[in-house]
Amino acid sequence: MDWLADAARSLNEATGITLTYLYDGYDGGRFLEGIVNTVLLSLACLSASLVIGVVGAFARGAKSAAVRWLVGGYTELFRNTPPLVQMYFLFFGVGALLPTVQNRWGFEEPMLGAWAWAIISLSFFAGAFNVEIFRSGIEAVPRATVEAAESLGYTRLQIYLHVVLPLAFRVCLPALNNNLVNLVKTTTLAYAIAVPELLYMSNQIWSDSLNVPEMMVTLLLLYVGLVGVLVWAMHRWEQAMRIPGFGRSAA
Amino acid sequence: MRVTVATAAIALAAATLGPAGAASADVLADVKERGVLRVGVKADYRPYGFLNAEGEIVGIEPDLAQDVADDLGVELEMIPVVSSNRMQFLEQGRIDLMIATMTDTEERRKVVRIVDPNYYSSGTNVLARKQVGLKEWSDLEGAPVCGIQGAFYNRKTEEEFGAEIVAFTGTAEALTALEQNRCVAFVYDDAFIVSRLGEAAYADFEMPLDTIDDAPWGLAVALGEDAFADYMSEAIKGWHGSGRILALEDEYGVPHTPFSVKMHETYRTGG
Repeated sequence: MDWLADAARSLNEATGITLTYLYDGYDGGRFLEGIVNTVLLSLACLSASLVIGVVGAFARGAKSAAVRWLVGGYTELFRNTPPLVQMYFLFFGVGALLPTVQNRWGFEEPMLGAWAWAIISLSFFAGAFNVEIFRSGIEAVPRATVEAAESLGYTRLQIYLHVVLPLAFRVCLPALNNNLVNLVKTTTLAYAIAVPELLYMSNQIWSDSLNVPEMMVTLLLLYVGLVGVLVWAMHRWEQAMRIPGFGRSAA
Repeated sequence: MRVTVATAAIALAAATLGPAGAASADVLADVKERGVLRVGVKADYRPYGFLNAEGEIVGIEPDLAQDVADDLGVELEMIPVVSSNRMQFLEQGRIDLMIATMTDTEERRKVVRIVDPNYYSSGTNVLARKQVGLKEWSDLEGAPVCGIQGAFYNRKTEEEFGAEIVAFTGTAEALTALEQNRCVAFVYDDAFIVSRLGEAAYADFEMPLDTIDDAPWGLAVALGEDAFADYMSEAIKGWHGSGRILALEDEYGVPHTPFSVKMHETYRTGG
């Protein structure tokens, strides 16, 4: 990669375009760490929000009114408040009320750190939308299909897992795509509670090197790439799961 | 007839000079004519410039501004500025003088006329609980240290002293994280830390390390205002020589900074 560093250095000398992360070892290290952290944060939140969506949508159809009310309340709360406010609220507000643990320096520190709260708050945020997205898919499954499964002796959970969810998934994939793309972009908010993701690291680099425009362009391209990979993977998944004759209008 | 000729001459001069004439006008003369000196000061930087319980701007810098106004024999009008707009206020002529905790840098000297000598100075230090018992910067090795995003000393604190910087967007968030023990120390401007240590909430905290990266503060006038700059230069020398800065530090409970002591020595013997 030396040639790349040399090229970036000559570019800087010739044009004043400063891409320090290509030739300054320290900047390069933290930039890479930022990318890795953003990917990890995204993967963790994607998985957790999907689980929340699946479980939440199931619970929305529960017999118990209390459970339905609880899930409804959760969806409204997290869908109707800004994700940055949620993150601050959870990290500084709720975080301080939880039990503390003693750290290396002998001080009582809140048990959950910035990483944990970022994953929790982002997953809850995206999860609230996922619940609604899955619900829309579930409602699109014909009543007759569910009745057929019931007459075969399936329990409610079995029907959900083996009949309703597989069909619902295929219906709601486009909407799910949108929400997951949004989630990857929203991980940048974690910089506010000092999770060293891509935006956080870039902010520090442009503050040190005063190369704001260069870092902005870099960030933009990187997120286009990251989201591009996700969209590509989701499309492949959509293709692979396609059932001939289902979910497409007759043409 | 004489009056008419004179009026015509003035009108002609004004027309020829136009805005250029206005720009090169002496701001000192303007201030005296107006009877008001407009000074840009901080209103959120205790004790250098802050709001008291009555909502008035007070502090070390407002007191210095008052000295200038008194010496000129005019009224003082203080205009609150923040770091991101203070130089623009001066450039646009909305203030005549800026005394607003501004670090003196080469880049800034291209935009405004920073007056020599510097009137104050601050550097980097940390705020930490007394129980931590920090003695040297190297004690921060491997420790989570709260900071402010974009501060230039974050990198140094990480690279040279091995700390793990946990940077937040503002001082309130960073201080809350420090109080919740999410980090061992808070690295920031020593002048800010000193001001916080004066508050009861920080009784268990200290500023234990030697200040590094000491950087001078400059007060500024608009570019081209040479007469006013010379006037302010003499005023600053006077503040240092007479011990005015040291007295203000005492008044606002700031320990004497090495810079103020040194400048007092220099200008007392020199003047």
